[in-house]
Amino acid sequence: MSGTFVGMPAFPRAARTAVRDTTLRGNLRHATRTIRGKRAQAVAELADWAELREAGRRIKDHTLRHLDRYLEQVEEAVTAAGGTVHWAADADEANAIVAQLVKETGESEVVKVKSMATQEIGLNEALEAEGIRAYETDLAELIVQLGRDRPSHILVPAIHRNRGEIRDIFAREMGAWGRPAPEGLTDRPAELAEAARLHLREKFLRAKVGISGANFVVAETGTLVVVESEGNGRMCLTLPETLISVVGIEKVVPTWRDLEVFLQTLPRSSTAERMNPYTSMWTGTTDGDGPRAFHLVLLDNGRTDTLADEVGRQALRCIRCSACLNVCPVYERAGGHAYGSVYPGPIGAILSPQLRGTGSEIDASLPYASSLCGACYEVCPVAIDIPEVLVHLRERVVRGGPATRDGNKVVLRPAKGHAAERAAMRAARWAFTRPGALRAGQRLASRTRRFHPRTLPGPGRAWSASRDLPAVPAEPFRDWWQRTRGGKDTDR
Amino acid sequence: MSGRERVLGRVRRALADVPREEVPYEQAVPRGYLREHGGRSVAETVELLAENLADYRALVHRCTDTGLPSLIAGLLRRHGSASVVVPPGLDPGWLAETEVTRVADTADGTPRALDGVDSVVTGCAVAVAETGTIVLDGSPDQGRRRITLVPDHHICVVRVPGQVVASVPQALGRLDPARPLTWISGPSATSDIELDRVEGVHGPRTLEVVLVTVR
Ligand code: SF4
Repeated sequence: MSGTFVGMPAFPRAARTAVRDTTLRGNLRHATRTIRGKRAQAVAELADWAELREAGRRIKDHTLRHLDRYLEQVEEAVTAAGGTVHWAADADEANAIVAQLVKETGESEVVKVKSMATQEIGLNEALEAEGIRAYETDLAELIVQLGRDRPSHILVPAIHRNRGEIRDIFAREMGAWGRPAPEGLTDRPAELAEAARLHLREKFLRAKVGISGANFVVAETGTLVVVESEGNGRMCLTLPETLISVVGIEKVVPTWRDLEVFLQTLPRSSTAERMNPYTSMWTGTTDGDGPRAFHLVLLDNGRTDTLADEVGRQALRCIRCSACLNVCPVYERAGGHAYGSVYPGPIGAILSPQLRGTGSEIDASLPYASSLCGACYEVCPVAIDIPEVLVHLRERVVRGGPATRDGNKVVLRPAKGHAAERAAMRAARWAFTRPGALRAGQRLASRTRRFHPRTLPGPGRAWSASRDLPAVPAEPFRDWWQRTRGGKDTDR
Repeated sequence: MSGRERVLGRVRRALADVPREEVPYEQAVPRGYLREHGGRSVAETVELLAENLADYRALVHRCTDTGLPSLIAGLLRRHGSASVVVPPGLDPGWLAETEVTRVADTADGTPRALDGVDSVVTGCAVAVAETGTIVLDGSPDQGRRRITLVPDHHICVVRVPGQVVASVPQALGRLDPARPLTWISGPSATSDIELDRVEGVHGPRTLEVVLVTVR
C-alpha cells in the first residue's frame, strides 16, 4: 500500500534529526503549547465533558462492532438521496476509482479540501500520473504543496513553517501554480492569508470537480459532514458540478442525533473553539443547489485489518482532532515528519503500524515512539487508550503472532530478535536521553493502568529492564504537568 | 469479486468475535450528557447568543421588526455596497429602504458573477446560543449555499427568540438532514500561520448578525 513516505528513516533516526533542527522545534513548541492551553479552557466550559466523551466512545464502538450493517445502510441512504457509492479495498483501487470519475467529467484539474484519507492513499500523486492536477485549498496544505513539503500535523499541517518561510514560499512559487503573490508581500499573517485568498479564488470559480473527505457519515440519513475553518471546504463542496468524497469506513455514525456529541467534542478538542467557523452537511444531491453529481468512495485500506484486532480496533474510533499530538512530549520534540506517515503523533504511532502492518522498519519502530505517559489518553475525546495499544503493538513486533493483513489471517514471525531489540533500544535511548521527553514519561512506572504490569517478552524484556532507564520520580504526571506546563522549565 | 463484496466480507471476518445479537444501539449509548448547559431564561439565552457571536468576531446588531429595513440599509451603506444578492423568499420589506442593486439568486447564475456582488442578506433556520452559531438550511429566505459564500459581506437576520436555541443537541433536533446545511460561527478564519488567528480567508470576511425582535 502507499502512504509510507518513500525513503523515510525509522522513527528514532528521523526524530534525532528533527530534534537538532532548532527552527522546527521552536515552531512546534510555540504551536503545541498555544493549542493545548486553549483546549483545556474550551473543554472546561462543558460540565458534562466526561459524559460526552463516554457517549462518543460508545457510539463509535457500537458502530465498529456492527460496521457491515451500518455501511450497507450508508450505501442505501446515499443512493436514495441521489449519490453513487463506490467501494475501495485499498489505495490503488480508490485512486483508480477517483481518476476514472474525474476523467468521465472531461476535466483535468480538481480542487481539494484537506483530507487525511486522500493523503493516506497518495491521491494527488496518483491523479498527477493520470494527467490530472489536484489543487490543495486549505491554507496550510497550500503552503505544504507550494513548498514541495510534507504535512507535519493533522490539523495544522504547516506547523513546522514560520511566517518568514511561508512568505518566501508564496513569493517564489505561487506564480508557477496560478495567480502570483502580490508585489512586496510581507510576512504579516493577514497579508499572507489575503495572498492565498486571491490565489485560490480563481481556482474555485472555475472548478468543475471537487474532492473532499468527511468527518462523519450518518448511516440513517446518508448525510456527510465536513468541519472546517477557512471556507475552502464550502467552496469545494458547493461550487463544482461534481463532488467526490473519499471516506474511511470508520467515519460512520448510526444516527443524526449522534452528531450532537461529536459537534460538541470535536471543535473543542481540535481548534479549542466552541464551534469551528464552518460546518457543511449534505445528503446526496439537492436540485439547483451545489454539485449535480455526488460520489462517495468508501475506503478500507487496512481499516478492516485494524478492526480484526480486538485490542487495536479502538484506534478506529479516532475523530482526528489532534489533541493527542498537542500534549505529546515526544511529538513536541520530534515533530510530525519523524513518524513517517500522514498520521503523526500518538495516534499515528498506533494507527500507521495497524493500517500498514509492522513489516517496515519505520512501522516496527512506531510503537516505541512514546514514553507511555498517558497524556494522549487523558485528552482523547473518544477515550482511545493509546498506551494500551502501543504496548500491544510492541508485543506484536517482538513476539509476532496472529494478525490480519489485506483481509487474510497471517501469523507474524517475531521481528528478528536483534532487529526488534535494536529498534526498541534506539527508540528508548532516544527518549530516555532527553530529560524533557523523559520527565513526561515517568508515569510509565507509577501508573496503575492495565498495561503497566506487563513486561515485554523476548527481546523486549531487555528493553523494559533496560539499564538506560533512569530512576522514576514519585510525582504523578498531572501534577508535573500543572507545575511545569509540559516541561517548559526543562532544558532541551 | 467486487470492491463492495471484498470490503464487506473483510468487515464481517474482522468482527467474528462480536455476537450478532449484541446490545442494540438504543442501549449501547448512554446519553448522560446535558441537553443544554446551565438553565437560562429566554432573554438570557438570546444574550448569550449575542455574546458568543461577538466573541468570534461577528458584528451583532439588535432591532425590532419595524426598525429592520433602515438597519439593513445602514449596514449596506456603511460597507460601501453597490449590490446585494437576494434569496427568492426574502421578505421584500427587509430591503425596502435601500437603493442598492438587487441580484437574484438563480440556478443559472455563475460563481464568477457572484464574485462581483458586494453583499448578501438572508434569514436563517436556527441559531445556537452556546456556540454562537447560525445555521442555514437553504430555505427560500436563505437561498443556495453559494450566495452566502462568495460575496464578501453577509448580513444574516435571526428572529428572536423564536429561532434561538440554547445548545447543539437542540439545534440538531430542529434541523432536517435532507436539506443542505451550513453552520456558521463567525467569519471564516485560519490559524495556519503560527497559530495567529486571521479572519476571512475564503468565506465572507464580514459577518453581520441582526437579532430582530418580532412584535
Ligand atoms: S486519538 Fe483521540 S486525541 Fe488523538 S486525534 Fe484521534 S480522537 Fe483526537
